[in-house]
Amino acid sequence: MSCCAPGAEMALEVAAEAAASPSSEEIRLASRSLGGDIHQTDLSVPTVHCGACIQAIETALGTVENVASARVNLSTKRVSIRWHGDNVPPFFAVLGRLGYQAHLFDPEIHEKDTTLSELIRAVAVAGFAAGNIMLLSVSVWSGAEGATRDLFHWLSALIAIPALAFAGGIFFRSAANALRHGRMNMDVPIAVGVSLAYAMSLYETINHGEHAYFDASVSLLFFLLIGRTLDHVMRERARTAVNGLSRLAARGSVVLRDDGIREYVPVTELAPGMRLLIAAGERIPVDGDIVGGNSDLDCSIVSGESAPKAVSAGTHVQAGTLNLTGPLTMQATAAAKDSFLAEMVRLMEAAEGGRSRYRRIADRVSALYAPVVHLAAFATFLGWMAASGDWHRAMTIAIAVLIITCPCALGLAVPIVQVVAARRLFEAGVMVKDGSAMERLAAVDAAVLDKTGTLTLGQPRLVNAASIEPDMLAIAADMAAHSRHPFSKALAIYGGARARTKFDRVQEEPGFGIEASAGGDTWRLGRRGWAGWKARPGGEGRSDGIGGTVLAKNGRIVACFAFEDVTRADAKAAVERLKDAGIAVEMLSGDTARACGEAAGAVGIEDFVPALLPSGKVERIETLTRAGHKVLMVGDGLNDTPALAAAHVSMAPATAADIGRKAADFVFLRESLLAVPLALDVSRQAGRLIRQNIAIAIVYNAVAVPIAILGHVTPLLAAIAMSASSLIVIANAMRLQSTANAAPEAAPARRHTDVVSAAHP
Amino acid sequence: MTTLVYLIPVALFLGALGLSGFLWALRSGQYDDLDGAAERILIEPDAQNDEGGRPD
Repeated sequence: MSCCAPGAEMALEVAAEAAASPSSEEIRLASRSLGGDIHQTDLSVPTVHCGACIQAIETALGTVENVASARVNLSTKRVSIRWHGDNVPPFFAVLGRLGYQAHLFDPEIHEKDTTLSELIRAVAVAGFAAGNIMLLSVSVWSGAEGATRDLFHWLSALIAIPALAFAGGIFFRSAANALRHGRMNMDVPIAVGVSLAYAMSLYETINHGEHAYFDASVSLLFFLLIGRTLDHVMRERARTAVNGLSRLAARGSVVLRDDGIREYVPVTELAPGMRLLIAAGERIPVDGDIVGGNSDLDCSIVSGESAPKAVSAGTHVQAGTLNLTGPLTMQATAAAKDSFLAEMVRLMEAAEGGRSRYRRIADRVSALYAPVVHLAAFATFLGWMAASGDWHRAMTIAIAVLIITCPCALGLAVPIVQVVAARRLFEAGVMVKDGSAMERLAAVDAAVLDKTGTLTLGQPRLVNAASIEPDMLAIAADMAAHSRHPFSKALAIYGGARARTKFDRVQEEPGFGIEASAGGDTWRLGRRGWAGWKARPGGEGRSDGIGGTVLAKNGRIVACFAFEDVTRADAKAAVERLKDAGIAVEMLSGDTARACGEAAGAVGIEDFVPALLPSGKVERIETLTRAGHKVLMVGDGLNDTPALAAAHVSMAPATAADIGRKAADFVFLRESLLAVPLALDVSRQAGRLIRQNIAIAIVYNAVAVPIAILGHVTPLLAAIAMSASSLIVIANAMRLQSTANAAPEAAPARRHTDVVSAAHP
Repeated sequence: MTTLVYLIPVALFLGALGLSGFLWALRSGQYDDLDGAAERILIEPDAQNDEGGRPD
């Protein structure tokens, strides 16, 4: 056993629910061939977190038959296993015995992150060039003259070429792309400034001039690339963490051919008319009709209904629902691309509104900034031409203006704050997909929450335990331990170490309940009509959904159980804090009005709309948006996905459906709903720091530009001014981190007002 | 001036050496798992079947 697997920092207890090990066909489908009969399977193991974990996993997997090698990557929390042979070695069982939860993930995510290595290589080249050119520049500034100075300038020009071509290429491409689409972004003034500075310096060097700006153009690239790389690393980490979560959609299904042969077929190749075998614990891969078997389906992720639905032959089932209790045979009525899941994706794409129209702060600033700077430089050129008539001097000063205004501080102002903020959220278990999400979240004034799976955990809890005879409760708990139905799981908690009832036989009747016999008595736990066959209809207790579970002895009802959906930890506190922050909170659900009313009352939400279809949620959000609100959507189900895409910004818990997690801007891994107000606080704080940074950059320009226009800027002055402004901007961004470090424990409990005062000490 | 003729190439060569060393380390996957590398030095080599147990 490992010392560290249980309760590790990133432990996703919540994901345990859906963690039935995938079948070996599924593993084979998700692995890739390395030639010969060697296959590689990559697993995500979120609970790996120390050297002992690495050793335990690698040693245990290394001794499994047919495994060639196993390698743990602690940074990405993954294990790559190379194996050979026809049978898939039992990785999941081995890891499970060690106490680690493993998940398969999509093959396409295996691709190496090429952008990151390109960025790091660019940083390395730019850093090398900047260091060496700065070295030569310092000797020029300290008085090298004549031939020595020319030599140093020529060397600098040579060193700068690879840096501009390789590291600068990132900015040139982005700038060209923006200009092609008729837009302005931060990279346009950067690209113009850097290339003009290089051209002018080269001209100076050829003519034995005094001032060359090679150091400025290269160190500018170096600074900006550092910011860009950090930004990318942060987002990549969030993406990796989200992709490592267990998949909630089926990857394939066992098809029963007409000649009786069973075959495992990937989801994309399922066609209408095929007969599929769905074992208990598997998800329904495509829409279809049940042709054989009885079972209960967990529809919570699809429709938002919290109570499981009993199904039998003839029932229509939707893709994405989870088969709980018994094996089913179904006939597919739609291919995967026409299933419920695909319909949600289409609705989602249609709903993509707020975020595509959103323009990032940096882009909005640069749309104003770039033309002003370029006009100022042009005006300087014209002014000096008119005043002195010396075109070389006018050109030199105009380019000095461009260099001094090159938005180094501005280029760093936004990403550096977002990197620090994303890091702080990451530590609190909230993943941020990209920087613009935080900008959008800072602006919201209305929040829409889903009920099942978001405000509640989607897991029932027994509410009337106190009024049930302890003996009966113990018997029911012992029987319930034999089933994976959510109600049974809720009951089984009451069993534990108490005296065990001795059953001769226990049998689960899928769709109805559990039957057990002990000493000549027949006990039944399950649906009222089935268990209490001797009771007169409409007896005590509620007979609908949640109150309809009973324990019966020989057909006579001896106990009734009432279940309620468990509210997510701190849901009430989270809603309160959102309200304190001036957010209008509303609940939208696909569940019944009564269930919604109870949940809304429990967490303190006044406004709720029950029984909504997925498109209804989108309409509601669009109505709010038209009324001028910026809406935050928090939801987890497939039915929430279009709404997640329609909202201005969206959040999803780690337990959300796969496409929901992809659609959401934030994904929170911990159970507590306090992640929502925390993300809001940090985003607002980050927004404030970004505005401060932009103000700093503008003040710097207000001071530096007049000096440059008057022609007093030397390369030395430019280098100092540029570095100083960047450092100030970075230091300001770090304040976000220091407030987090000062009170890491108190952070989730802090109220909005404290955060505001912390940001303005 | 004459000293510069060999000192500058030496400086650039050393810089380039460092740069190529970094690029090689990057390409050979030494930056793929920074957290894991920090922990792996604590693992006994003989307890490993394929990692760290290189004879030398």
